Amino acid sequence: MPARRLSIVLAEDSLLLREGLASILDRAGHEVRDAVGDADALLAVVRKEPPDVVITDVRMPPGHSDEGLRAAAAIRAELPAIGILVLSQYVADAYLSSLLESTTGGIGYLLKDRVGHVTEFLASLDRVAEGGTVVDPEVVRQLLARRRDDGPLAALTPRELEVLALMAEGRVNSSIAAQLVVSEAAVRKHVGNIFAKLQLEDGRDRRVSAVLTYLRG
Amino acid sequence: MNTAWAALTSRRYLVSSWPWRSYAYLLSSVPVGVLTIAVLIGAAAVSAVLSPILIGVLLLTAFPLLGVLIGAIERYRARLMIPAGISSPHAQMPPSIGLRERLRFRRREQASVRSLGYGFLFGVFIWPLNALLAGISLSVLVITLLAPFIARNEQLGMGPWTLTTMREGLLFLVLFGPIWFTVSSYLLGWLAAGQSELAKSLLGPREEELRRNVAELRRSRLDLVDAFETERARIERHLHDGVQQRLVGLTMTLGLAELDLPEGEGRRLVVKAHGEAEAALADLREAVRGIHPRVLVDHGLEAAVREIADRSPLPVTVRIALPDRLPMPIEAAAYFVVSEALGNVAKHAQATHCEVDGWVANDRLVVTITDDGVGSATIGNQSGTPAATGAVTPVGGTGLTGLVTRLDALGGTLDLTSPPGGPTRLRMESPCRLDD
Repeated sequence: MPARRLSIVLAEDSLLLREGLASILDRAGHEVRDAVGDADALLAVVRKEPPDVVITDVRMPPGHSDEGLRAAAAIRAELPAIGILVLSQYVADAYLSSLLESTTGGIGYLLKDRVGHVTEFLASLDRVAEGGTVVDPEVVRQLLARRRDDGPLAALTPRELEVLALMAEGRVNSSIAAQLVVSEAAVRKHVGNIFAKLQLEDGRDRRVSAVLTYLRG
Repeated sequence: MNTAWAALTSRRYLVSSWPWRSYAYLLSSVPVGVLTIAVLIGAAAVSAVLSPILIGVLLLTAFPLLGVLIGAIERYRARLMIPAGISSPHAQMPPSIGLRERLRFRRREQASVRSLGYGFLFGVFIWPLNALLAGISLSVLVITLLAPFIARNEQLGMGPWTLTTMREGLLFLVLFGPIWFTVSSYLLGWLAAGQSELAKSLLGPREEELRRNVAELRRSRLDLVDAFETERARIERHLHDGVQQRLVGLTMTLGLAELDLPEGEGRRLVVKAHGEAEAALADLREAVRGIHPRVLVDHGLEAAVREIADRSPLPVTVRIALPDRLPMPIEAAAYFVVSEALGNVAKHAQATHCEVDGWVANDRLVVTITDDGVGSATIGNQSGTPAATGAVTPVGGTGLTGLVTRLDALGGTLDLTSPPGGPTRLRMESPCRLDD
């Protein structure tokens, strides 16, 4: 049983994936309130009655371009409380930047492959519903490869970058500690250093800010 | 400036091959001219005889085809005087067109009729004139050369002179020979040059024909690039919307099965299958990206180039400033140039850093890829960024060689500078618009 029974709107044009996703969410005890096949229908049902989370594909009819992303941005602007989980077919952070315009509310950007890891996928969904930021490890890996020689991240040590990357995936300290095989105290120390080096003030959600700084390069 | 005319004004004209080329040109016109007029008269006679039964009239309409033939022969013969040759005025036809269609098209071409006109002129006036002038000139020259031997045996009358001994013959050869050779060479040179000029103006392409041919060629090559691009997009869409979706569906089913199955051999197998399906998905994603990157279509060149830069194993600085989205084939060509170049740099250049710059100047898109590697890159060279044109042995540079062809069709170029020790710089230039 999930931490919270979520009301979800699903937007995915492939019937196969829509059914598959719906059955996964259903089994996990969430309520798939609507499952639609295009961006216009998505906006319509969300406006009618806001769900907790919207899960949307990037590419959707009619243009098969980034309609899903644009719909997500529109939802974010109108109803910032709704968590948004974007499923993409490619590792491309060009799609990501438009989502990161605002920092409030949960945001997720996952490769479709990730849905197959049912437990992880559901955990990501919960984090998005709670207002967290979840970015696909593959995308994170790519971003990590890029931010090497410039930007605010240049000051971070490789270990701190690793910690930050795991934070970007939406992990909590205990999970990061397990992943890196270090103590939680060590992780806390790294996180503190990261906040200091990125000059993040107290009071805001520093964890989200750090991740956003990271993702924006 | 015609080379024949240039030769005539040169001081070395008399010792060059040009006087003899002129002779060859003028004298070879005799058999060809005779044949031409014979064929023309023959064909006219046949069609006149057959005209009561209509076939003759039809035959008459095929006359321009004779012009095409005459034009081909005469353009070939004109190489004696115009070494660069006369280019054909006829439009190129794709190989898919059948013979009947080809003949019909040629028959209607203005250039065919013009060639036919030249044929009449040639058959009626030109060759008799040449036979007369070149014939007399050559005869005099030959007799002058032989004068000492002829005069030894019998009396030889040369104009006002009568030569009776070998000594007189020799004297005549030495005194008169050079003068005659000089005078006749210049006269015949001018005649031949003039005639070749006439042939060129009647048998060569007119300005608008040239322009039309170039435009047609350009259009057909653009069509080719376009078709190529469309096909890539189709394959990409098919993989994304078909194969990839099914694989994702499969991993979802396997993921659910994992949750249901108890610990044991069955579950181990499902987990294995899940892993394999994911590997297949990752491979597919990689392959699809190489075919036609979706980011390029959705977000343009800059975003797409940043994506490749991110995937590159060495740090890449990207500075691209474009005022607008460019036409798809141009963006695609630029993208694949950068993609190929960064791949090559990573593989061969032993570089530590790479820079990609892109900008628009004078309605042309310029993209450069510079690395700080070992340099000495050439075409088909494994040791550096393999390059571009002329593919000697395209070992490492096959990708770029293909891109040169694509760029060429767009009216663009690809250049490489790579001194030993580096830096290596690949520069791509292309017009920003497809229509002229």
